[in-house]
Amino acid sequence: MTKGTTLEPKPGNEPPRIAETPAGLLNSIGLQNPGVEKVISGEIPWLRQFGVPVIVNISGYSVAEFEELAARLDSVPEVAGLEVNISCPNIKGGGMAFGTDPQGAAQVVKRVRAKTRLPLIVKLTPNVTDITEIARAVESVGADAVSLINTLLGMAIDIKKRRPVLANVMGGLSGPAVKPIAVRMVYQVYRAVKIPIIGMGGIVSAEDAVEFMLAGAKAIAIGAGNFIDPLLPLKVLEDLEDWLDREGVKDIAELTGQCQ
Amino acid sequence: MVAGEAKPGQFVMVRTSGTLEPFLNRPISIHRIDEAKGIIELVYQVVGKGTKLLSRISPGQHLQIIGPLGNGFSWQTGFKRVALVGGGCGIAPLLALAEKLLENEREVYVLLGAQTKEKLLAAEEFSQLGCRVRISTDDGSQGKKGFVTQLLEELVNSISLDQVYACGPLPMVKGLIKIAEEKGIPCQVSLEERMACGVGACLGCACPVRNPDGTVGYKRVCHDGPVFDAKELLLDNK
Ligand SMILES: Cc1cc2nc3c(=O)[nH]c(=O)nc-3n(C[C@H](O)[C@H](O)[C@H](O)COP(=O)(O)OP(=O)(O)OC[C@H]3O[C@@H](n4cnc5c(N)ncnc54)[C@H](O)[C@@H]3O)c2cc1C
Ligand SMILES: Cc1cc2nc3c(=O)[nH]c(=O)nc-3n(C[C@H](O)[C@H](O)[C@H](O)COP(=O)(O)O)c2cc1C
Repeated sequence: MTKGTTLEPKPGNEPPRIAETPAGLLNSIGLQNPGVEKVISGEIPWLRQFGVPVIVNISGYSVAEFEELAARLDSVPEVAGLEVNISCPNIKGGGMAFGTDPQGAAQVVKRVRAKTRLPLIVKLTPNVTDITEIARAVESVGADAVSLINTLLGMAIDIKKRRPVLANVMGGLSGPAVKPIAVRMVYQVYRAVKIPIIGMGGIVSAEDAVEFMLAGAKAIAIGAGNFIDPLLPLKVLEDLEDWLDREGVKDIAELTGQCQ
Repeated sequence: MVAGEAKPGQFVMVRTSGTLEPFLNRPISIHRIDEAKGIIELVYQVVGKGTKLLSRISPGQHLQIIGPLGNGFSWQTGFKRVALVGGGCGIAPLLALAEKLLENEREVYVLLGAQTKEKLLAAEEFSQLGCRVRISTDDGSQGKKGFVTQLLEELVNSISLDQVYACGPLPMVKGLIKIAEEKGIPCQVSLEERMACGVGACLGCACPVRNPDGTVGYKRVCHDGPVFDAKELLLDNK
């Protein structure tokens, strides 16, 4: 998975971009990326050397931009799929607008769908009242999977300076602090759609991963956990196998949605 | 393992607790490298949660560290006379640098600044290595009363230097860059910024730079730095 990719290069937000919070962090990276052409010529070939499928996470500020990104990446043979980030809360007036309303979300996904035959994962924002509405809307226009949750909009204040810690004022919260919210949303979405769910939000252990699967996730992802230890995903995989053995679970797929 | 690969100016990410609190690892410079014994030394100041926990660990206890990380200081064999300027904790990475620079015959000036005599770091160690040490403290309790920038000002007015290496609080670093620039002396600085991953992945520790094509962009302090050539930095709006 690449980091968020936009049509044009983006310098990103001013620092400080990181604020540590209880059991997590706020970030306001501002989608810093070299633009889709450099991602195609540089990052994708680099990722290919590891022999894994490459999924490109795309972000745009207009439906047309999403469309153009999808069309461009559709022609790149190394790309195995697209994750449509309609949820990044960092950009003023940007992706947020699409992902927080079912019509907007569906419009983006429908138009992207028309431009590519690549598998489409739609990344959902938790900054909504009812996430199941959004999930249903994108399922109905051809999303192959949904991933959730993206970061929760948050803020931290430096009480000595009486100023926000982040230069961007607000940022996205992730890490173990958000896990119960993420588990709840996966649980709700599992009951609302038929397409598979990729669960994320605060996973740092095999037990966390199992919890997400029981809630309804078919796969899981780790973001902030990598900051504790870049090898954490491998450790979680190993521990997961041990856990499955210990519990006598033959096929991990049996777990998905088994929280009654 | 870290000691075998470490270069002066690089740092490690230290896990200060065995729980999720505090969540992020702390960047700490490599203070001294003993390749033969396989040891690196770190020095740190207790400022908040993480460093407080670190100060409570007992001898023999294991810590998770990731490193060595980042790009360290660089030098040329032709360098004859250099100045290392450090303020507060910024002195930490300069000792390893002094040791390396003194492997060849060179005049190594070390200018150290601290708030008080008690807070002054490693002055003895630098002297023992054979560095020419000059000291300033804010309260005059040791060396000259005032800022370390004044020591550099005096030095550059009396002798020529091939390179200035600077590390410390941002206002100090900016002052040092200005002094070096006025004399046309190349200056390398080690910067600090809030970091999450420490390995260049998350783009959290951004520092504004001037790109070769004149445009403004951001580099990663953890991966492209923490040591930068002062020429490429845009610290004015920081
Ligand atoms: C490359 C590099 C090398 C460093 N080397 C040393 C060293 O050798 N000795 C030393 O004493 N200090 C060093 N520092 C500063 C040190 O990282 C901070 O003092 C430390 O992270 C503070 O953590 P805390 O939990 O005690 O403070 P808190 O204030 O509780 O930390 C809160 C958050 O802010 C971050 N933070 C706070 N101050 C700084 C800072 N100055 N720079 C970057 N992040 C900060 C913390 O990492 C944490 O994520 C270095 C910083 C960098 C970037
Ligand atoms: C530093 C940082 C950068 C992120 N950048 C992106 C991004 O570019 N696109 C995206 O869809 N999500 C992005 N995310 C969100 C994560 O992919 C993930 O959804 C979220 O952090 C929750 O998972 P976690 O708690 O395991 O980190 C980012 C998260 C962090 C911490």
